[in-house]
Amino acid sequence: MFTAGADNYLRQAREIQDEELQKFCARIAGFLQQLELGSETVDNLQRLYLVASATKYGKKLERMFLELLQRVLCAPKVSLQVQVLCTAILREVSPYDPFTLSCDQIYDTKLLSLVFSILLAQGCNNKALAIGNRIVKMMESRLPKGQSLRHLLPVLSKLTSVFPASLSDDQTNLINKKLVDWLRYASIHQGIGQPSGGFFSSPRTKLPGPITEVDGAVATDFFTVLSIGHHYTEDQWLNLQAFSMLRKWLLCCGTDSTSSTSSDDKSEVDGSIMSMASVASTSSRLLLPKERVREKAFEYCQRLIEQSNRKAVKKSDADLQKACLIEAIIIMDIVCRQDSSYVYRAVSFLKIVHARICQDLTFAQALLPIAQFFLNHSEMAAVDSEAVYRHLFTRIPAELFYQPLLALEFIHFCRTNARFFNQNISVFQQSFPNLLKFLAWNGPGLVSDFVEFLPSLIGPDTAIEILHLLLDLPCLTAALELQLRSQSAPASERVLIDSALHPASSVEAFRHSHYKNLFQYLLRCEAWPGDTIDGRFHLLRQMLVDMAGCPRVTQCIETVPVLLQLFFKVVAEFADGVLINQLVAVLLDRSGLLFSVPRFQTDVHRVMSSQLLALCKLYPSVIVEQSKELLEFSGTVTNIQNKENFFTHVVWAIGEYLSVSYDKRCTVDQINKFFEVLEALLFEITQLRPSAGVPKSSPRLITVLMTTLTKLASRSQDLIPRVLLYLSKMRSCVQSSAMISMYGEEDSEDILNRATELMNLLKMPTVAQFVLTPSAEVNNVRYHRDAIVSLPLAMRTVSRLLQKDSGFAPG
Amino acid sequence: MVHGFLIHTLGCSPSGDADLTRVLYSQTFSSEAFDQAADLERVRLLRKEQMLAVARHVTSACILTRQALEKPIYEVVSPGEETVNLQDAEFGVFSLAPGDPFHECKTVLWLGVLSLGFVLICDMHDNLTLAEDTLKLIVKYLIEHLRLLSQGSDVILKADKTETILNTFLPHGQLLFLNHQFILALEKEMNSSMSK
Repeated sequence: MFTAGADNYLRQAREIQDEELQKFCARIAGFLQQLELGSETVDNLQRLYLVASATKYGKKLERMFLELLQRVLCAPKVSLQVQVLCTAILREVSPYDPFTLSCDQIYDTKLLSLVFSILLAQGCNNKALAIGNRIVKMMESRLPKGQSLRHLLPVLSKLTSVFPASLSDDQTNLINKKLVDWLRYASIHQGIGQPSGGFFSSPRTKLPGPITEVDGAVATDFFTVLSIGHHYTEDQWLNLQAFSMLRKWLLCCGTDSTSSTSSDDKSEVDGSIMSMASVASTSSRLLLPKERVREKAFEYCQRLIEQSNRKAVKKSDADLQKACLIEAIIIMDIVCRQDSSYVYRAVSFLKIVHARICQDLTFAQALLPIAQFFLNHSEMAAVDSEAVYRHLFTRIPAELFYQPLLALEFIHFCRTNARFFNQNISVFQQSFPNLLKFLAWNGPGLVSDFVEFLPSLIGPDTAIEILHLLLDLPCLTAALELQLRSQSAPASERVLIDSALHPASSVEAFRHSHYKNLFQYLLRCEAWPGDTIDGRFHLLRQMLVDMAGCPRVTQCIETVPVLLQLFFKVVAEFADGVLINQLVAVLLDRSGLLFSVPRFQTDVHRVMSSQLLALCKLYPSVIVEQSKELLEFSGTVTNIQNKENFFTHVVWAIGEYLSVSYDKRCTVDQINKFFEVLEALLFEITQLRPSAGVPKSSPRLITVLMTTLTKLASRSQDLIPRVLLYLSKMRSCVQSSAMISMYGEEDSEDILNRATELMNLLKMPTVAQFVLTPSAEVNNVRYHRDAIVSLPLAMRTVSRLLQKDSGFAPG
Repeated sequence: MVHGFLIHTLGCSPSGDADLTRVLYSQTFSSEAFDQAADLERVRLLRKEQMLAVARHVTSACILTRQALEKPIYEVVSPGEETVNLQDAEFGVFSLAPGDPFHECKTVLWLGVLSLGFVLICDMHDNLTLAEDTLKLIVKYLIEHLRLLSQGSDVILKADKTETILNTFLPHGQLLFLNHQFILALEKEMNSSMSK
């Protein structure tokens, strides 16, 4: 593949000095002037292309030399290889003005196409447009022998897409007429092949046979790109080119803005141009050229769709059938958008097509344009397309989640139409568990698209279930992996195991009767209206841990934190008190029920911690409303293990928001209850634990607990003596040799300092309350800047007073 | 219409430098900065940088895909191997949001064959199913004509062959609905022009 030698060439090409390059060009110029275009020249031109293209900054070549290349390019009897090389070099060199390059004298269609690419790359828009005019003129006239328009249609297509308004109405009409001919009236007989010229072969070639279908049957209708012949005639080649450019053409030139109402352009439905007199009398039957293109495009698409139903002999034709089916449906959609009189015909036709391709998953990709079609037109046609969406959303993600292209197009489709679906299609709102399969499987490749799409799935009714799904996304990935493996496993390994024995691995669990329901729940296609947490579900999470090493699961794990952040950002925009209560309950609950991969848990806990605080800030009453759950959570010492970070945040939130200033319902009794629970906890982790040899808690948690106790005490002042006593106990405890050996001198000192500071504060309860429970105004910038009202001032005053009183030296 | 095509290394150079993505060939069929009277030198630079950005993106996408499929990240050709089964090559697709690095939204289809990435950058209205078939077709001819499995340097030294293959099967970025007989006819035409 790419070898050291190649790497070396590339480096040389990049590092070539100007002087050397000029010499090299001079040598090539020598050959070119003599029109010596043999292998040595070709070899040198190939290298020159490499030099011209290998660097970001263009290489400057001398003007004379560039003109020489242009002359050679346009000279007669130059091989296509040399022409291609000259073109590539002229396209790649540093921008120059190819003013001597003119298309006027070029009659060779292939050369014209090459010249066009240079002009486009060099930004010579006017000259490129002139080529467009040339091409239209050539369409009207007879081309010299051996020349074909088919090389020029891609040029035309490119021109209309780069410069949409470049063609005049007359030119557009002419092209429309040609397109009609090429699409609808290409020959249905095969072309005549080049005579082999053998000595014994008959000089009279056989009459060309008929065109066949992809399955070998003789074609019964007009020629399309799905028509097979051994040799193709010129108009059949143009049929191919015309269909290939049709969608773009309709989009660019099919709308009414470019319409021409000149009656000259009206023609009879069946072809020949009519006289002015007859136009007036039969105007109802007459169509403008662009209307005729629509008509023929529609017929062409109908035929293609029918042809895509045939069983192709060749695999590549079967692939083409799929691409054609998709293209045809999209073109029908465009035609219907431009002219609604086609809608009825199209709807009834596509209903049948839909019924057909629903049976065959290999055509699944075509379901998206069909759904888009019904979405655009079913209202007008007054048909119910619920079945189309239902099939799409319930079956396709579940069965074809592993196809990357389908996944991307599916998500794009949902994203584009999310607003409509959310308002109108209940099955869409229900199918988010299914849509998440795309994400679970295609993780990193799809995540940026999903990030755009996810917000439209999250609503008050779905938020809680989506949160659970995101938290269990790695489990979903693992289950999908098992599902795929099991599908490809031999039948004997797929039978259900119905045994009392506990499965030994997730692979076994996948077909174990005990786990059947759990897997069904995880792999569900629609939202689960009941209780989303099955107590037994954690069994499955634990069972799936042996899949944690699977790279796809690892990749999924990396995407979850980002998605969670996004989830909370979206939820914050509409969440009310009820939802925030539910969310906090889920966080408390799920912090201990996660796929057990340490890195995953750490990352998720980090997000949970920051989001818990954000939710509390949004709705501080949640602390009072969830007090039962919070008491239970913070009173359980085992909750510290593995999720200390989250636990610390919960404790902090209690200290911050359990206050009558946030919620009038907050009672002294409640504060006392929390105080007792946290006090007992702090006692347990500092004074019992060290001797029990249980993992130590971080100094951060200890200081946060002390601070929280102090905060609570400042709000229920009967507690102050108790906390003062406790803090002084803490001070002596921290100084004990057992604690110092456990925490080290530095950390012990920090804990000691914090205890001292808190004690100092509590000596002046009003100040303590002011500092520890500041009013909401504390967020105001003025609070921190203004020397008279600022918090720092208050702190300084306290220190000074204390200093005077007791001789404590402030830090 | 297809915006561009490129061939690049998948972050593994023969000298063993990892994380090195090199664009070996690129063609942009249309420039985005056309209507602005932009400095052409800058347009060219921008075009090259966009291509490199896409190549880097594809490299990481390909590495992730290979990891997910539990395949080795850096594949090497076993000596004497003359063909490669494109069905086994890693295929992927992702979209690029507007402004990063292209002005408009693009969809990137890529094929990872051993140490090389082959990429089609498609516009919004391109038929992606057809683009996938076209990419595979082009790669098949590239492997054959540039002797990618045996000759390492043809891919950068024989750009005319790459150009001819693109001119034949993706003229000016136009995706073509080619049935197998059209493909055969084009192949014959292409071979005769290359052998001259």
